[in-house]
Amino acid sequence: MAGKPKLHYTKGRGKMESIRWLLAAAGVEFEEEFIETKEDLEKLRSDGVLLFQQVPMVEIDGMRMVQTRAILCYIAAKYNLYGKDLKERAWIDMYVEGTTDLMGMIMYFPFQPADTKEKNLALIIERATTRYFPVYEKALKDHGQDYLVGNKLSWADIHLLEAILMAEECKPDILSAFPLLQAFKGRISNIPTIKKFLQPGSQRKPPTDEKFVAVVKKIFNI
Amino acid sequence: MSGKPRLTYLNGRGRMESIRWLLAAAGVEFEEVFLQTKEQYDKLIKDGLLLFQQVPLVEIDGMKMVQTRAILSYIAGKYNLYGKDLKERALIDMYVEGISDLMQMILMFPFSPPDAKEKNLDSIKEKATNRYFPVFEKVLKQHGQDFLVGNKFSWADVQLIEAILAVEEKIPAVLSGFPQLQAFKTKMSNMPTIKKFLQPGSPRKPPPDDHYVETVMKVFKR
Repeated sequence: MAGKPKLHYTKGRGKMESIRWLLAAAGVEFEEEFIETKEDLEKLRSDGVLLFQQVPMVEIDGMRMVQTRAILCYIAAKYNLYGKDLKERAWIDMYVEGTTDLMGMIMYFPFQPADTKEKNLALIIERATTRYFPVYEKALKDHGQDYLVGNKLSWADIHLLEAILMAEECKPDILSAFPLLQAFKGRISNIPTIKKFLQPGSQRKPPTDEKFVAVVKKIFNI
Repeated sequence: MSGKPRLTYLNGRGRMESIRWLLAAAGVEFEEVFLQTKEQYDKLIKDGLLLFQQVPLVEIDGMKMVQTRAILSYIAGKYNLYGKDLKERALIDMYVEGISDLMQMILMFPFSPPDAKEKNLDSIKEKATNRYFPVFEKVLKQHGQDFLVGNKFSWADVQLIEAILAVEEKIPAVLSGFPQLQAFKTKMSNMPTIKKFLQPGSPRKPPPDDHYVETVMKVFKR
């Protein structure tokens, strides 16, 4: 049974969005089953299909994979987006962990108490512009190539574009001091598979709004 | 330049401990630099040695690696502790990620406010005994082999023995319902490299105490 990968998650970005991005960028079609109620999640748990009782869960190649990073590493390696050797993989991993930390802050932002929102947004912007983006700007400047690692499209580039677009949703001119990242954004967005994913009607999910926060809280009992 | 990996971190477990475990289990000798003051840490940042201004930092094979997971993946890949193919790697990644979530609770525990400590300890006990340990008990029972993946010692085994010992420090009888894990613990503890790491005088660090917590607050104060 070859089948398309099947993604189990809520109908929002959360921890599944990076997986959607990577599959889409790799040109892999996938199906989605949405958890819409607490009962939907309970059923997955009682069916015994969630190794640690958590989602994301992705059915792929006969496995029921869980744990976001495990899933992403598998997809990256399978579709040749993980560098050509151990050292390139090390760089990709380092870069991806950085963008993961940044996107993690942005992901949790809508779930934080209202009176901390302003402070948290300021921290996101500060981290993006002083800790993370300078690293990628410098990487591109130092080697002058189109992609972050090994002069070839990799998971690191896809993850960085995802992070850039999320950060821009927080502050539209956040790339103003990063000319190479602006060029990078343009280039990577024009890769056919990614361009398709960025168009309306794709499986890309919208930013999380207050209404969806309430839905998520109810499903996960938080 | 001795050629041995060089670890820079505080003189305590934190996020570096899993790296010490993996290197030790792989039989790799390493050097350590301990951060004791904020000035030392600020200097590392100023000297541009920390990609994202954070530790752990591991200087290995000409790279200044940061990001715990990237470092662990590199070591696992280099020393053949990462399975024989993509699917074994997927299993190892899933198991390691699950265990990391449990270890994260233990990592953060010393920093919880005094009035939350009891609740957090209960949470660690609950997750260990209901969510994580049952998974590995079942895996070992089902295939009847000594190691978690592919009948061969891997990163997943190292991460699991580390976690078992860390939880036992807080909840001594935690393995009472898990006979396979008890046997696993004995077998892993008796592997020569691990046995050596478990002896006094090894680079293994003691459980975090108040002094460690104070040092963390002092060095990383912003």
